[in-house]
Amino acid sequence: MSEASVALLTDPAGAVTGPILAGALGIGFLLVSAALLMSLVRLVIGPEKPDRILALDTLYVNTVALLVLLGIHLSTDLFFEAALLIALIGFIGTVALAKFLTRGDIIE
Amino acid sequence: MDLITELLVATLIVIGALFTALGSFGLLRLRDFYSRLHSPTKATTLGVGSLLIASAIYFSHLEDRLSLHEILVAVFLLITAPVGAHLMAKAALHLRVRGESGLPPDDLLDGRDRERLDPLAGRGDGD
Repeated sequence: MSEASVALLTDPAGAVTGPILAGALGIGFLLVSAALLMSLVRLVIGPEKPDRILALDTLYVNTVALLVLLGIHLSTDLFFEAALLIALIGFIGTVALAKFLTRGDIIE
Repeated sequence: MDLITELLVATLIVIGALFTALGSFGLLRLRDFYSRLHSPTKATTLGVGSLLIASAIYFSHLEDRLSLHEILVAVFLLITAPVGAHLMAKAALHLRVRGESGLPPDDLLDGRDRERLDPLAGRGDGD
């Protein structure tokens, strides 16, 4: 990570966002954080095993959304690789868990 | 950054975040698993897609060149969401998760599944 990127991470003041976009980003962060919390509640209360897999699936998609918003907020495209990786690993996790519930085994 | 682009990006962000939150709200509040399967796999995917389009427009404007990373993530999510939902629905049917009516979804299973799930049949061909 270059020095400029570190400065951008710690000090978002250099970001080129107007007041409208800043307000929209605030609303976006609030709503996506609320979505993460609601998925977390569903993950904890269940009640069935597929419900928990579904909650995990929703959690990783919400994390991708939060990373995208953070990327716009800090005006950096450092986070796209991270978002892509989370999307990939999350999908593999969902498939593995669902297959484990269906067949009792992941790799047969 | 001119006003039109800023307004466009801001609108897409608010719409996307709204759909994402609605998807998770549905996940929390709907009554049985088969209903709950709908909201995160449809509304949330649409919301994240909208956020990614907003990001693509913002970075294309910022860097004066076409920015396509986001489209890659959006296409990946659009392809994988239905596949994941299908596998989760199969897992729920296999575990005989009960619907809102309280009845196991027997009529949704085809004959082979019913034979495999019936403990009295005693033979699993395991397709």
